[in-house]
Order: sequence, then C-alpha cells, then structure tokens
Amino acid sequence: MTRTFLGMPATAPPGVGHLRGDEPFPAAARRALSDAQLRRNLGHATATIRARSGAVIDEVPDWPQLRAAARAVKTDTMARLPELLEQLETAVTRAGGTVHWAADAVEANRIVTDLVRAAGADRVMKVKSMATQEIGLNEALAAAGIEPVETDLAELIVQLGDDRPSHILVPAIHRNRAEIREIFLRAMPGVDPTISDEPAALAAAARRHLRETFLSTRVAVSGANFAVAETGALAVVESEGNGRMCLTLPETLITVMGIEKVVPTWRDLEIFLQLLPRASTGERMNPYTSMWTGVTPGDGPQAFHLVLLDNGRSAVLADPVGRQALHCIRCSACLNVCPVYERTGGHAYGSVYPGPIGAVLSPQLTGVDDNASLPYASTLCGACYDACPVMIDIPSILVHLRGQAPHPRAEATAMAAAAYTMDHPALYAAAQRAAKLSRLAGPRGRGLPPPLSGWTASRDLPEPPAETFRQWWADR
Amino acid sequence: MTARDLVLGRLRAALGEPRPTPAEVPREYRPAGAVAVDLDVLVDRLTDYRATVHRCPDGDVARVVGEVLGGRRVVVPAGLPPHWLPSGVDVVVDHDLDVAQLATVDGVVTGAAVAVAETGTIVLDAAPDQGRRIITLLPDVHVCVLRADQVVATVPDALARVARHRPLTWISGPSATSDIELDRVEGVHGPRNLHVVLTD
Repeated sequence: MTRTFLGMPATAPPGVGHLRGDEPFPAAARRALSDAQLRRNLGHATATIRARSGAVIDEVPDWPQLRAAARAVKTDTMARLPELLEQLETAVTRAGGTVHWAADAVEANRIVTDLVRAAGADRVMKVKSMATQEIGLNEALAAAGIEPVETDLAELIVQLGDDRPSHILVPAIHRNRAEIREIFLRAMPGVDPTISDEPAALAAAARRHLRETFLSTRVAVSGANFAVAETGALAVVESEGNGRMCLTLPETLITVMGIEKVVPTWRDLEIFLQLLPRASTGERMNPYTSMWTGVTPGDGPQAFHLVLLDNGRSAVLADPVGRQALHCIRCSACLNVCPVYERTGGHAYGSVYPGPIGAVLSPQLTGVDDNASLPYASTLCGACYDACPVMIDIPSILVHLRGQAPHPRAEATAMAAAAYTMDHPALYAAAQRAAKLSRLAGPRGRGLPPPLSGWTASRDLPEPPAETFRQWWADR
Repeated sequence: MTARDLVLGRLRAALGEPRPTPAEVPREYRPAGAVAVDLDVLVDRLTDYRATVHRCPDGDVARVVGEVLGGRRVVVPAGLPPHWLPSGVDVVVDHDLDVAQLATVDGVVTGAAVAVAETGTIVLDAAPDQGRRIITLLPDVHVCVLRADQVVATVPDALARVARHRPLTWISGPSATSDIELDRVEGVHGPRNLHVVLTD
C-alpha cells in the first residue's frame, strides 16, 4: 500500500510579497532613529491611541473574561484548523460562493489575476487588507496590466506617496497632516491647490477623488477579519465606508484570507467584535462592519470568490510555541505600546507586519534565517503581552525564536570563553583583575573593538567596578 | 495534487499526531441577556459618535423625517411603512434603481433590525423595510427609524438576534476616519450624516 505524500509545512517563498526587508532591523532602525519628524509623528500617534483605547477598555467590566475566551477560541481553532477550513468551504459554497486554495503568495496572486481577467476588468478597487499586502498583490496585478486602487484613506496616502505602510491599522501613521497635504497636491489629480491641511479637508478630497472609482469599477478585492466556519459568513470591519463600497458595488468580489482568520461558530463573533475595536482604534465599535454569506440575489456582488491563503502559515502552525502568533486579529495594540516600535516606526521591520507581533510572525512565516534580526527587535518588556486582546505571549515567542536565530561566531566564541572562565576560579579572578586594569585603558563607553563591536553596537557595555566583591571580601 | 490537498496536508502535518487537544472555551463574560437595556445609554453613545438622535412616538416619525430631509430627493426601500414619510419630500422607491440614479439621491429613510446600546450600533439586515445595502451607502444623509423594542444591551444580544445568512451592515455613527494623525473626522465615503429616530 502506498501513501500519498501531502507535503510538509512550508514557509513563504522568497522573491514575492512583503515579508522580508532589504536590510537587518538594526541598520534600518538606526536610520529611523535619526529622523526627528518621524519620531514626533509616531510619538503623537501612539500616545493618542493608547489613551483612547485605555479609556474604552476601562468601560468593559468583563474585559479579562473576554480575553480569556478569545484565547481559548483561537487555541481551539488552531487545534482543528483543517476541519474548520473544510467546514467553511462547504458553507461558503452552499451559499453561492467559490472557494480557492493558495499554497503561497505566487499562487494566490495568480488566482486573483485570473479571476480579474475572467471578469473582463483592467482595474480593481481594494479594501485595506494585510493579506494582500503580504503577498504583494498590487505589484502582481500591475505586472499583469491591471490597475489596483487602494480605497482606504491611509493606504491611498501610502500609494500616492509611493511609500510603504508602517502600521497594521494606520499605515500612514508616520506622516503628519502637512506631509499628507503635500502628497495630495503632488499626486492626486484635480485636487484644489488651496486645500488646507485640516484632516476634514483632506478626507473630503479623498472622497471626491475616489467616488467615480467606486461607481464604475466592476471587481473588488478585500481581506477578511473573520470567517465563520459554521455559517460561511465573512466579516470586514472598517471606518470610512470604502469597505462597504467595495463589498457592495462591484459585480465580482474576491476576498483573500489567511487561513488563520476562521472562527468556529457564529457566537464566537460576540467575543472578537467586543475586543477588536476597543483594542485597535480605541472605539466602542468601528463605524462600519459588513458581514455577508456567499451571494444574495439582488443585493451586492453576484459573484463571490474566497481565496484561502497558506503562505507560511502551515510552518507557523508546526511550531507548538510559535503557533499562537496565528491567534493575532491584527488590532495593532502591541505596536502602540511598544517602546521599540514607537521610536523606529514600522518600516524598520522590513515586513508588512511590524512591531512586536511582526517580530514573531514575520520570521516564522519566512523561516527565521530570512528574518534573523527581528526576534531581537524588542526589549522583552512585556507591554505587548499585556495589551494583546487575545493574550498572545509575544515575549516568550521572541525568546524561543532567538534560540533558533543564527548567532555570530564571535558572540558564540565569547560566550564559550566566558563559560569556561567562570568554571575555573583562578581564571575568573585573573579576568576580573584584567577588567579592572581595562579601566585605566581609555576611552570608555564606546563598546568593544571588532569582531565584538557587533555585540556592543546595540548594548551598553558595563564599566568594570573599581573593586570586585571578591577583592572587597578578601580585604575584610 | 491540488492546492487544496497540499494546504490541508501541510496543516495536518503541522499539527502532528497526536493532535493538540481542542480547548474548552470559558465563556465567563457577560452573555446575551445579562445586561438590562438602557435607551439613554444608546442615545449617549450615538451622540458621542456624532449621530443625531430624535426621540418621538411612532406617529411623529413623518414630521421628524420632514424636518431632516424636507425639500430633498430621497430613496426608500419598498417595504418602508408609508406613514413614516411626510408629503414634503421627493421620494423614489428602490425598485432596482441603478447606481447612477442612486448617486444623485440626497438621502435615504430605512428601518433597522436591531441596535446595541452599549456600543451605539445599529444593525441593518436588508429586510424589506431596510432594503439593499447600496441604498444606505450612496446617499449622504441616512435617517434610520428604530423602535425601542429593537434595542438590545450588548453585542452578544445583537448577534443572538440577527438573521445570520442575510447581508448585515453594522453602523456606529456616520462614516469616519482616524487615518490622519489619529484625529477622528466624520465623513469619508459612506453617509456623512446619520439621524436616528428612536420611537417608543
């Protein structure tokens, strides 16, 4: 009897999508740290959202119970993910939708491109979606001669500015109103040259700019916040109404969804719809949530395609410690409380998933070797764990991944030497005397010489004491 | 091998044998029915989201609608109770109007399916008194008539009550964005004005 080989868990393929940066985090972070405007914009934005979120979370008397329930639902979901996805497929198909499976970014991009071509369209409008950012769908569509139009205000700012998103929820968080006004004047056709930099005026300009696109585009691409295995319902939460436009107006709707977004039952939505807006934007509820199940005759798109995306998620699921990164509901609360993110911003992480969750998710999706610096992009202070509405223990995953990351040979040699020295009291005493002598050799506070400078570039080197404990004790 | 078999095979291999035990979900949070409905909370939350709330008896709905939409061109779903409409507005009933026709309309009047007091949220489920999703999306003013007995206290109450297979639109105030310096500004693509007529 032969057994069919069904494949082993796989990481996201290189060369497509946006999970890998061009340079390691420390190099990118150093440049970001020298940008005073960026730090001001980030500091203002993260402080604002922390305060707002804290206030509405305080209104909810059962917040800890909701978090515990959310964590359990996600743990349960991951334990039976294959079966839940099959159940979702059945329910969506029964409701008139078509389900596609994509092993990776290349395949997902091909599926979406083929569907857009089959619909006879050369332009698609997009709801903000992390999954399509992750796979580089816009680039793939453009390469196929299809124009992707981002309709979320922040994504539009990023797209018009020829920029990259720097935050999961507010991709243009690194820009202030004056910079956004400049981008609009430069790249938005027909914008009033006397426009002010008031957010209301800028939002109104975006409304005018996109209205005709909404009314005339026949295909839309969205992501999904949740998909209910039990009923086949998909849910998208948003604020501006651009999501409603894309989900309601076109003839064809294509939703690209990471396989971890499924929840088992309809009732589970009652947990996440309470946690997500308060943790994310600091609202009691986001202005618009759309839910749809397959197609509804006479209302909304009459063709619905759901693309279920792996792209490295199976590799994340294969790690019993790391798999809880798949619990993430993309609220971005961890970014807003992270002292590292607040100072470096999202671009430094290289991946579309920045901040603490990105530091654990990206290296697992790509394989740690491809993102080896990210598990170190943290102080391990634990603020992210406290803020996470689904209780992902990000610090523990960071430490776990550091163990898998390749270490520089100089560091390994130094650590082995230190271990040997500490095992031999005479050597240890000699080393301490040598350290004391190094106080006399100047200049201090500048770190170690190569090859050990890599270690001290991002760490303070403690100054050796004038007298060690052992010397002090010997003198008693 | 199909992509479906490949992905499902990878996921099964990732979980290994024996499979992790499915978790029991501790639902110790406030369930549906745990909180009493408080209409004042709903009004407070709607107002906080820059919606305008009008409270009146059912017989006065037409007067309020007239005050908000008088002199404008209005679309209504086919199943809207006729007595909610005043004589002074220019009404077109949505019998499959096309996008171009809807884009020229100023306002819309609908009923609602359910409302959540604690979050200031109104849920539309495309029933005959609410109509297709598109008619509450393109016009700039949405007047939504809500009966007091449609108000529930919390999100779990609402999810337990709504029609699961229908297209659902959960609305919490008018269209808004926080994308510029996290300043919340009302009015981007959806209706920029939401009026809630709460009848009791």
